[in-house]
This record gives sequence, C-alpha cells and structure tokens, in this order.
Amino acid sequence: MLDNANDGSNSKSMSIIATKGTLDWAYPPFILGTTGAAMDMEVTMFFTFYGLGLLKKDLNLKMSTLGNPAMEMPMMGKHMAMPNIIGGLPGVDKGVTAMMKNMMAKKGVASIEDLREAAVESDVRLIACQMTLDLFEIKDTDLIDGVELGGAATALEVAGKADINYFM
Amino acid sequence: MADQTLDAKGLNCPLPIIKAKKALKGMSPGETLAIESTDPGSVADFAAFCRQTGNELTSSEQSGDIYNFEIKKS
Repeated sequence: MLDNANDGSNSKSMSIIATKGTLDWAYPPFILGTTGAAMDMEVTMFFTFYGLGLLKKDLNLKMSTLGNPAMEMPMMGKHMAMPNIIGGLPGVDKGVTAMMKNMMAKKGVASIEDLREAAVESDVRLIACQMTLDLFEIKDTDLIDGVELGGAATALEVAGKADINYFM
Repeated sequence: MADQTLDAKGLNCPLPIIKAKKALKGMSPGETLAIESTDPGSVADFAAFCRQTGNELTSSEQSGDIYNFEIKKS
C-alpha cells in the first residue's frame, strides 16, 4: 500500500469498526475500506460481534427484510417493500438474499468475497475481536489467513491515530 | 495514446477505482492510464481519487453513456 508514498502529505489513515454481518451491511465497511486503501490510506478494519462473520473462510451472507421497512426493491417498474408478516415466513430470507445477489451481479456491484480479497491484497489490516471469538465459540482457524486478533484497546489505539473513524 | 487502458464498463462503485489503482500500481511515473466507465459516479470519484493520491487526472470526458478518463501516474 505504500507504493505511492511519494507524497507523504496526502497520506491519511482510516479505521473502521464493522459490527454487522448481513449481506447488505457487509458492503459499507468493505467498500470504504478497499477504496481507502486504493487512495493510499492506511486502513484498519476491526470486526466485532456479528461483523466477525465477515472474516470467516466460508462466507454465506444472508439478509432479511424483517424490521427494515426502508428496504424497497425495484420490481416491475415500481418499488416494493415486504410486509414484516411475509418477511417472517420460512424461505423468504433465502429468496430475498438470492434476489439481492442477483440484482448486484446484474448491476456490476462487487461481491463481498471480491471486496474482501481486494482488502487483503491492498494490505488492509484486518483485526478480529478476541472477545467475540470466545463469546460465539468461533475458532481463529475458521477465519481467513492474515487476520490479527485484538480487543478494544487495540481498536482504540488505531482509532486514536486515524484521520477517519467509522463505526458501522 | 495512453500507455495502458482499463475497461471498467458495467462495473459499479468502488470497482472502477480499485481496478484503476491496481493498474496504476504496475505502471511507471509519467505513464498514462485510459479508463472507460459506465458508472456516472465515477466522474466525481476519479477526480477525488486523483486529488487524494496525487496522480494527475489529465482528461475526463463523456461520450454517450461512456465516461472516459485519463490518469497520469505521479
């Protein structure tokens, strides 16, 4: 990432805390993380609680319309929201997830797998929350290679030095 | 003629930027990268990308649905 360190005055750093692990919420941290790295920023992403799942080797991200009345999908020239009572039925989450992935592929939106790979390639520092590993009994061997383990103090040390701090 | 070209047509944010960065990484200072994109957001984004990274946006034009950029690596 330091390949373009010819102008130190431009270099910024960014710290992102990713707390959510659904397909839709996986996007903001990875889009900003990878773009920051592309813009020569030193990027650290700290994954905690449900966000930790974004570091698993096996990514099987899902989403739900439940509790999200703002989610309106383009459909037959209109925008449709799913009533909660239907969103709660078995299989609806699966269908909505498939629909979203399909729509993203059609519109040239990167997959989370691709963005995560880009983050690793561009030396984004990925830190998994140790407490979350313990809490949800996730083994560090379940996570992709190159992930560091750390806690709140590690996250705050990075945040304290960063020009940009995001909590997502 | 640019030294390298990148076809980013059909790709959405942030892929044009990430792919451009990848291409620039393998180039020498002074060389130029021509990019074709269909993402209207890339107009503002390539300008911001260049301001931040110090690379020079030597051209940014639209022809029909295609946005053409040229970046000179610093």
